[in-house]
Amino acid sequence: MSSDPVDDAVGRWTERDLPVEGRVLEVVRAPATVLSSVGADVDPADPDVVQLAADLVATMRVSPGCVGLAAPQVGVGSRVFCVDVSAHPKTRSHHGTFVLCNAEVVQSSRNEKAREGCMSVPDLTGDVKRATRVVVAGVLPVTGERVQIEADAFEARALQHEIDHCDGLLFLDRVAGAHAIHARKTYL
Amino acid sequence: MTAVSLHAITVLGHDRPGIIAETTRALAGLGLNIEDSTMTLLRGHFAMMLICAGEASSGDIEHALSALTEDGSLTVSVREVPEEPEHAALGTTYVLTVHGGDRAGIVSTLVGEVARVGGNITDLTTRLSGDLYVLAAEVDLPAEVDADALQAQLRSAGDDLGVGVALRRMESDEL
Ligand SMILES: [Zn+2]
Repeated sequence: MSSDPVDDAVGRWTERDLPVEGRVLEVVRAPATVLSSVGADVDPADPDVVQLAADLVATMRVSPGCVGLAAPQVGVGSRVFCVDVSAHPKTRSHHGTFVLCNAEVVQSSRNEKAREGCMSVPDLTGDVKRATRVVVAGVLPVTGERVQIEADAFEARALQHEIDHCDGLLFLDRVAGAHAIHARKTYL
Repeated sequence: MTAVSLHAITVLGHDRPGIIAETTRALAGLGLNIEDSTMTLLRGHFAMMLICAGEASSGDIEHALSALTEDGSLTVSVREVPEEPEHAALGTTYVLTVHGGDRAGIVSTLVGEVARVGGNITDLTTRLSGDLYVLAAEVDLPAEVDADALQAQLRSAGDDLGVGVALRRMESDEL
């Protein structure tokens, strides 16, 4: 790889940077309205947002196979999500665990189709084409530090999936064709 | 001498291992070629459709498949069909996806919007998973159809039904 895509501030970030203890929340399932609503931008220093960030990480941690969770999935219509793909076999580079607020994809390239699932759609998976290289801009919770990260492979896919949640989109909105939705035979 | 004809065959009913093997063995025994086929499970029910070419008559095929229907768990239909010209794509192919709470009329309303502008659905699956209803369809739209306008129509119909609707251009990679 030509350059190290890992952003320092995001790569160093851990949930220990949050001043509050995360609570495990219930994960909302489709067809809940909150999953199809565009999330609101947040103030990253708002104590409610900081608590939400901690709750998202705590809920992701206790969910087997979960590599990311967005606020709408715990019933909150806000543009906040967490990601941690570090233990996933399809991961190349990664930034460990992090939470981003008000994130957006600012650059993307090299589309690839892969099958993905979602805790909010537990019984189905779908073939979705997504960029394998993205640049995502957002802010960190608490400090509000503005960050821009380059992600590839599975982390790029996870970021796009979570940003979609913040935009009120599910992978079901992006499947590649009439036969691209599958019943999940074994649940992670 | 018998001319080659086409038959549409459907096999529907209780799923068990071996249905496809028995069906295709019987068809091969009559010298029939399977031209196109699709098989799936619909709510756990076995569902297969085939188009076969060969010299057998409908009666021959029904007879050859009669063992499948003996215990009443499967129904078989056989019908001679004409040769259809391959559909040339009308214009551009789109993927229509719909998801939301299950309620009557979702499919009929949305495919009605597609038909109204002359769109042709070439492939469609729907699935009910718990309370979640999901539709995915491939839609050919004639060149003169404004896809953005259709998407807006579908979204507004979807809002009335309480379902999310997306219409995206189908992407295919030439390799
Ligand atoms: Zn998800």
